[in-house]
Amino acid sequence: MRKWGFIVGGLLVALLLAGVVSNFASSHPDGLDSSLREGCTFDANDEITGGSCPAQQEQEHEIGGPLADYGIAGLDNDFLSTGLSGVLGVLLTFAVAGGAFWLVRRREPAGENATGAQRTDPATTSGG
Amino acid sequence: METLAMHISNGIINGPVAAVFAVVALAAMAYCVMRGRQDLDDRLAPMAGLVAAFIFAVQMLNFPIFTAGVSGHLLGGALAAMLVGPWVGALCVAVVLVVQALVFGDGGVAMLGLNITNMAVIGIAVAYLLIALLLRVLPRTPTGLAVTAFVAALVSVVVAAMGFVLQYQLGGTTDLGGNLAGLAGTMAVSHLFIGIGEGLITATTVVTVAKVRPDLVYALRALKPAAPVTVPTVGGVR
Repeated sequence: MRKWGFIVGGLLVALLLAGVVSNFASSHPDGLDSSLREGCTFDANDEITGGSCPAQQEQEHEIGGPLADYGIAGLDNDFLSTGLSGVLGVLLTFAVAGGAFWLVRRREPAGENATGAQRTDPATTSGG
Repeated sequence: METLAMHISNGIINGPVAAVFAVVALAAMAYCVMRGRQDLDDRLAPMAGLVAAFIFAVQMLNFPIFTAGVSGHLLGGALAAMLVGPWVGALCVAVVLVVQALVFGDGGVAMLGLNITNMAVIGIAVAYLLIALLLRVLPRTPTGLAVTAFVAALVSVVVAAMGFVLQYQLGGTTDLGGNLAGLAGTMAVSHLFIGIGEGLITATTVVTVAKVRPDLVYALRALKPAAPVTVPTVGGVR
C-alpha cells in the first residue's frame, strides 16, 4: 500500500497544479511561439497586423476538439474552463500512460535466476 | 488565455520534413518500448504513469521569463529521465505530447514527430547523458542530486530548442532570407531562461521524491557511485 500512497499523493499534487494553479500561469507566448512571432506586429486580439514572421504560416489544427487550447468548449467561466480541462488532462494522461506501461511491463522479476536456486515459499521449505 | 499553444503548430515545418521526423520518432519510440520493458516492473509502471500526468500538469504552468512578454514551461525530459530512466522517460514525454496533440489541439498532429524528436528524444538523451556523468562525479547528497537535476534540465532544454532550429533549417515554411542565426539566437536565449526554470522545477521535484521515496528515483538506483559502497539496500532490491 505504500507504493499506492505515493502515487495517489503525487496525482493529487498534479491535479491541484493543473486544476487550480494553471489559472495563474503566464499567458504570454512561450519561447518557441515568441521566436516564431519575431518580425510581426499583433493587435489586442493577438491577430497579426503586419510584418513578416514564421508564425504567419501557421495552419489550423487537424482536430481541435472540445478541450482545444486547454479549455472546455462552451464553458464561459475561464477559471473553471482551464481548471477542468487540466484535471481531465491529468487523469487522461495518467490512464493512458499508466495503463500502457502496466500492460507492457515485464511480469517476472528479472535477475532472480542469477544463482539458479529456486526461491520457494518458506512454508513449503520449512520441512528440513 | 488565447495563446496557449506550446508545441510546433501545423504549417510551421513543411510536410515532407515533418513526415521524415515522424518516422524517426516512431522508430525511436519503438526502441524505447523494447529497452523500457526491461525497466518496467510492478513498481515502475504506476510511477511512470504518474510522471507523465505530472509533466502534463506542470507544462500548463507557463512562468514568465526575464525577456519581456515571453513565458516558458517545463518540457520534462530531465525530470522523466531522472525519475523513471531514459527509455520509459522518453515514452512518458511522448505520451504527454500525443495527448496534447490529439485531445488539446496543442501541436499539430502532423507535427508530432518533430515535437517528439525534440522533447522526448533529444531532450531525454542529453539529460540522461549528463545525469549519468554528474551523478558519478558529484557527491551523493541532496545538493549533488539537485545540481545534477538542474544542469541536466537546463542543458537539455537548450539543446532541444536547437533541435527545432535544425528542423526549421530543413523544412521551415518561411524564407528567413538566410537569417537562420536570428531564429537560433532568439530560441537559444529564451530557452536558456526557460532552462533555468526547468532546472529549478526539476531539482525541487527530484529532491522531494528522493527525500520521501528514494527507491522511486531511477537514476539513484541505476547509477551506482564510482566507488562501490557496501551499504545494504533496503527493501527487496538485491
